[in-house]
Amino acid sequence: MPKDGGIGASSKRREDVRFLTGAGNYTDDINIRGQAHVFFLRSDVAHGTITSINTSAAEAMPGVVKVFTGTDFEAVGGMPCGWQVTDKHGQPMQEPRHPILAHGKVRHVGEPVAAVVAETLEQARDAAEAIELDIAELPAVVDMKAAVAGDAPKVHDDLTSNLCYDWGFVEENKTATDEAFANAAHVTTLELVNNRLVANPMEPRVAVGDYARGTGDSTLYTTSQNPHVIRLLMGAFVLGIPEHKLRVVAPDVGGGFGTKIFHYQEEAFCTFAAKACNRPVKWTSSRSEAFMSDAHGRDHVTKIELALDGNNNFAAIRTETFANMGAYLSTFAPSVPTWLHGTLMAGNYRTPLIYVNVKAVFTNTVPVDAYRGAGRPEATFQLERVIDKAARELGVDPIALRRQNFITEFPYATPVAVEYDTGNYVATMDKLEEMGDLSGFAERRAASEAKGKWRGLGVNCYIEACGIAPSNLVGQLGARAGLYESATVRVNATGGLVVMTGSHSHGQGHETSFAQVVADMIGIDENMVEIVHGDTANAPMGMGTYGSRSLAVGGSAMVRATEKIIAKAKKIASHLLEASESDIELKDGAFSVAGTDKSVAWGDVTLAAYVPHNYPLEEIEPGLEETAFYDPSNFTYPSGAYACEVEVDPDTGKVTIERFTAVDDFGNVVNPMIVTGQVHGGLAQGIGQALLENCAYDENGQLLSASYMDYAMPRADDLPMFSVDHSCQTPCTHNPLGVKGCGEAGAIGSPPSVVNAVVDALQSGGKDVTHIDMPLSPARVWAAMQ
Amino acid sequence: MAQVSMTVNGKAASGDVEGRTLLSTFLRENLELTGTHVGCDTSQCGACVVHVNGEAVKSCTMLAAEAEGADVTTIEAMANADGSLSTIQQAFQDHHGLQCGFCTPGMVMSASALLKDNPTPSEAEIREYLEGNICRCTGYHNIVKAIMAASGQDVSSIAAE
Repeated sequence: MPKDGGIGASSKRREDVRFLTGAGNYTDDINIRGQAHVFFLRSDVAHGTITSINTSAAEAMPGVVKVFTGTDFEAVGGMPCGWQVTDKHGQPMQEPRHPILAHGKVRHVGEPVAAVVAETLEQARDAAEAIELDIAELPAVVDMKAAVAGDAPKVHDDLTSNLCYDWGFVEENKTATDEAFANAAHVTTLELVNNRLVANPMEPRVAVGDYARGTGDSTLYTTSQNPHVIRLLMGAFVLGIPEHKLRVVAPDVGGGFGTKIFHYQEEAFCTFAAKACNRPVKWTSSRSEAFMSDAHGRDHVTKIELALDGNNNFAAIRTETFANMGAYLSTFAPSVPTWLHGTLMAGNYRTPLIYVNVKAVFTNTVPVDAYRGAGRPEATFQLERVIDKAARELGVDPIALRRQNFITEFPYATPVAVEYDTGNYVATMDKLEEMGDLSGFAERRAASEAKGKWRGLGVNCYIEACGIAPSNLVGQLGARAGLYESATVRVNATGGLVVMTGSHSHGQGHETSFAQVVADMIGIDENMVEIVHGDTANAPMGMGTYGSRSLAVGGSAMVRATEKIIAKAKKIASHLLEASESDIELKDGAFSVAGTDKSVAWGDVTLAAYVPHNYPLEEIEPGLEETAFYDPSNFTYPSGAYACEVEVDPDTGKVTIERFTAVDDFGNVVNPMIVTGQVHGGLAQGIGQALLENCAYDENGQLLSASYMDYAMPRADDLPMFSVDHSCQTPCTHNPLGVKGCGEAGAIGSPPSVVNAVVDALQSGGKDVTHIDMPLSPARVWAAMQ
Repeated sequence: MAQVSMTVNGKAASGDVEGRTLLSTFLRENLELTGTHVGCDTSQCGACVVHVNGEAVKSCTMLAAEAEGADVTTIEAMANADGSLSTIQQAFQDHHGLQCGFCTPGMVMSASALLKDNPTPSEAEIREYLEGNICRCTGYHNIVKAIMAASGQDVSSIAAE
């Protein structure tokens, strides 16, 4: 049994109390004396030349402080991209300039063209309507394959084409892969779309810029998953503010799901304008603005082929994907379809040869970047769909085909450049069959048929790579950042601890689970540990929270710093106990001399550190505060097996989820309650992608799904209760906690099982449907049935 | 500008507002009751739900002027008099019915209104009632469970930790 409040305990979340009583402190709750408000005038066309922009009438409107246009930002840098991908010919990707406010041309609906700063938001909005903006509309490119055709209009005139890069991975395997296909006993081919999504955290983005004239210090309050990254990108690459003169605060953040990783124009604008206007400047996104300014997710068009030998062993995989970048490169966009996608194409299976080709394409749409899973859902979906299709073509059981090809020996080096340290795919599949009662499916199908519904069962596995990086590896792959994490553990004189972490919590419950880890290591009550995050003024340089990395990387930094604390505290204890340091043991918050009844309490040691009257001053410094930076030696590899049962209404095509079972191997688990909650949320987003959500553009680049009236967010009555298990645990071998990461699994693992289930249901109804592109709306399912 | 007066969380409140000022804006900006959140601009998300004269209302769909003389309750007044969490709030914490916390005030206000009308709602009734409250974090599983638990129903058979 876990110690109360320690590792393994389902401690209730301490942050809940403020959230449940309206006492949270989200960025929009921050108002600074004297602040003005900004409203952005955004392009309503997808592509055009700005022929004139006249702001004089707007400047004369009541309450207007200043009106900004693109020319005001000629002296500062553009929005930076944090990852440079090298194409299959060894050339760097094409990287267009990304202005803070559009200059010369507009390239997507929603691109900010001008900004009005006024006393109130209403006055700013009113004045924006008085800006005389003329845009000569140009033909837009929306479809990716059309965008790379020879005669397509160019999104960026100064680039050679709309192709950002043409990436081959692993290029050296291409010929051998092609040969394996030529010699295959069976080849299954599937063409599919991984639909464009909008992350939609419930809190829209907000930025408040502040400038202290007396000291020259700038502060940005922002809805970010990684305030240090924003400080570095915005300070060094956009505005030229050194880090010691720039503070970035991300307080309570209402969900992120990836889309709050990136550095956005509005953040740079508010920081810049606060100085230019000499007063704080606040921007609060409306939901409508969020749809056309938050980075979107997914949007891949893929052809995948699976080659099998005569015994149904996987022989090779070959894929060709078009990945939408949108009009500009968002912060980490180039890495998503490449290093976060191609490296996962082995999945849970022994496939000796894999070749992945990705063409990243500029279009006149909102930039696309990481969304929960980021590349890994796209890899999992195509792989698990093509395996299901292959099983159907070969007339074999889809679970048996998977089992036959499972990787069973670890560590396992895949042909796509990663090495899985641990896993047990047989165990998770066994658990899935048991928990999901898959043997009872036939009976449930009969019951559904008796009431006129077609029932389908869909199963899939998944593997993901979490805990990015190591830094030296990602540097070779084109990352323009390190991907370590940091922690400072500050022990106070009376024994309480403050842990300052570079990770950021925006729903994950770090304030609770991180405290459990440190409390467990020392053997004190978890309430003696306070977790501080989200402010560059007090946390050491950190890389933030995304890619399910917080516990695996940030937690490891915290463990290392706490180990240093314990080592020093033992020295102090040995002095107080007049014993050899090697004989000192720490247990349940007390230091004792091994084999004796002599002991000293944690609080006595911490007090001695700060009131060093009886203290080995000649050997060690007073105080008890340590910092550690942790750079992982490998990714972590969570895995799992999911099962979905659906009913399809033959009259309407409507799909309902009847059962959903998720079995995950996350390695060791610190707070099972929180882990389960993370899976639930991921499942909802994955099922949302599969059945409901779709970000749609028309052929002119108009965004058709720009509100909750048009973009189908999963609601309570769209989803079932979930059955979730994480008892299959193969701990990570290379981080001190043995943890793997759980934040994205649900979103990665669920879409294929939903689609597999619907195809199974339609087949059971006598419909020869082999694939339907997501979302599986009633209209699409019904059309496929006809 | 016109003056508007109402009772908010048991206290008299008044302020000068434009005709177009929403009740949610009045609560957040004029009264600094920032527990009421705004997550959309089409009255879909429900983060802004408050009680007006005892009824659950999306405060972004109501003008401040329309609330003249009304009795308004926000999330800030939902805890017990001694500051401890109310039954519904406690159930949300006990059953992990919140993650980022942004939709939570609206969820609690809606759940409270539901249980007033229907003291022991079924799972299906809860899910239907929450149509107007969007949560992006929890997948609703633990929210539904928390509301069932708050209504005194046995939720031990519902999977979760």
